[in-house]
Amino acid sequence: MGKLYDELLKDYRAKEGLKTCINCGTCTAICPAAEFYKYDPRKVMDIVQSKDEAEIEKLLKSDFIWYCGECMSCVTRCPRRNGPGLVIMALRNLSARLGYFVCSEKGRQLYPLTRILTGNILNYGYCVYPDTFKWEDHVESGPVWKWHTEHIEDTMARVGANFKGDGPGVLRKIPRESLDELKSIFDVTGGTERIETVERYSKEKAEELGMDMEEYFRETFEHTSSGHLNSED
Amino acid sequence: MIYQGKQKIWADYQKEIPDNHWFYVRSCIRQNFFPGAEKMFLEICRNLLGRDFFETEYHTTCGGIAYHCDTIPQETVMTIVARQFALMTEAGYENYVASCITSFGNYTEIIETWREFPELETKIRELLWKACRREFKIPKYLAHASDLIYKYRNEIAARAKYRLINRHTGEPLKAVEHIGCHYAKMFPSRGVGGAEYPYVLAGMIEAWGGNVIDYPERRHCCGYGFRQYHVKANRGYSLSNTHKKFESMEPYHPDFILTNCPGCPYFMDRWQYVIAETEGKTYGENGYGIPVLTYEELASLVLGYDPWDIGLQLHQVAVEPLLDKIGIEYDPKAKYLGLDEKDLMKPELPGVLRCC
Repeated sequence: MGKLYDELLKDYRAKEGLKTCINCGTCTAICPAAEFYKYDPRKVMDIVQSKDEAEIEKLLKSDFIWYCGECMSCVTRCPRRNGPGLVIMALRNLSARLGYFVCSEKGRQLYPLTRILTGNILNYGYCVYPDTFKWEDHVESGPVWKWHTEHIEDTMARVGANFKGDGPGVLRKIPRESLDELKSIFDVTGGTERIETVERYSKEKAEELGMDMEEYFRETFEHTSSGHLNSED
Repeated sequence: MIYQGKQKIWADYQKEIPDNHWFYVRSCIRQNFFPGAEKMFLEICRNLLGRDFFETEYHTTCGGIAYHCDTIPQETVMTIVARQFALMTEAGYENYVASCITSFGNYTEIIETWREFPELETKIRELLWKACRREFKIPKYLAHASDLIYKYRNEIAARAKYRLINRHTGEPLKAVEHIGCHYAKMFPSRGVGGAEYPYVLAGMIEAWGGNVIDYPERRHCCGYGFRQYHVKANRGYSLSNTHKKFESMEPYHPDFILTNCPGCPYFMDRWQYVIAETEGKTYGENGYGIPVLTYEELASLVLGYDPWDIGLQLHQVAVEPLLDKIGIEYDPKAKYLGLDEKDLMKPELPGVLRCC
């Protein structure tokens, strides 16, 4: 592998997002994440533009790059048409590829995210699916979601959905052949390799922390340390 | 004067939206949380207005949420999207409409990236062939489903049973519109009205008799943030951003909120419940929340569809105060019944947020 900066610039999102940043800080001013977390997209752009390998490596191993919500509000407001959000996506992609994500608490969350989301895609054909969106993990979804999922065949039928049914319609069963095509796409495009990479590095980290993978899942999904927020010292 | 200036800006961002013959793809989140909205989109477009909208059972997620949670590489999401385009091509369509804003942004970003880097499009064509033995054409027109309801807004107004008028005061209802970030923040020219003054929802509200409220945090993200919601440990981010919006809109006393994104109505509906239960604060009148609607739900209400047929019982914030203001007839006892009046019991009542 070449230098981290060169690797980063192979990513089309970095090519698109990093043009001529003047470090004006407009992105930070508009950023919802910067308001909440100790986060500063201007600084991310500054570090990447510096081409400083040690600083870029530090960034890839930090919580910092995982604070962004990818809303892309920064793209609209940048006076030079840069995309800090796109650069963040490229940094996260490189951090995942190299296994650096396990070095930070927010980075380690890639494990539950990968398990939930790619599991939903490959098993059901959806990113979000009622069978895995449990009220117990989402109490904010309210008593109405609890009621809905407890009676889901009836509530879905009441509003005209085709829940787990054949043919088109709302929350239909995605045909087996379509799921097989998704699996083939994952296999040939690096999606499967990415899942395996995230699992391998996460397993090593779990062993280092003395956890089995279920404990590691719950820990990375649920636990947050103090110190991430602007409101904290 | 200022209003006229905004109208001029909006006029600069008008988008060409073909009237008919669309290939329709669904939204992962909306099918879960607002299943009636997608049903009503096709009901209105196909059955009421007589347009051709084709859906195939073989389409899947676009992968957008997984992509924005950084769990799949760019080549993977692009090839999933290429497969969706192949299904459109095979079905003989060239106009592509997505129910989801994340998908719409995803499709827009991919098409623009391919335009700028043609070698990447070539690579994705090869990967799709290798994985699925399919070929595709890029859609001639790409729209979000709200673009179509916007396009048909005057036809809907002409058939409307109700207007967005407070029947007690005779005044237009006050509406907050919230546009999903990925509708136009990356590519302003791809959305009706651009990113700063999007008109896609404002146009509907005005056509159906309401007034749009301008407020300081109108363009602030709802707080979804992808990984900032899907990971339990991060949800304070999502809640804080929604809270910021509600505090900003509160002084204007909106009667309802209209959204065009899958996540936004979910977060603006559910975080009101959380704020009420944790802080004891409610934003509507008399202990209720502010009802949050999708554009299909609002269109269906003005057209006179039964609120429970279109799925408004799946909202956590009660919609009844809004129905009463408009004068919409409904049966309160039927709200939580299944088909053939099957008894499904009722959701538990929240401790603070008033529900019906």
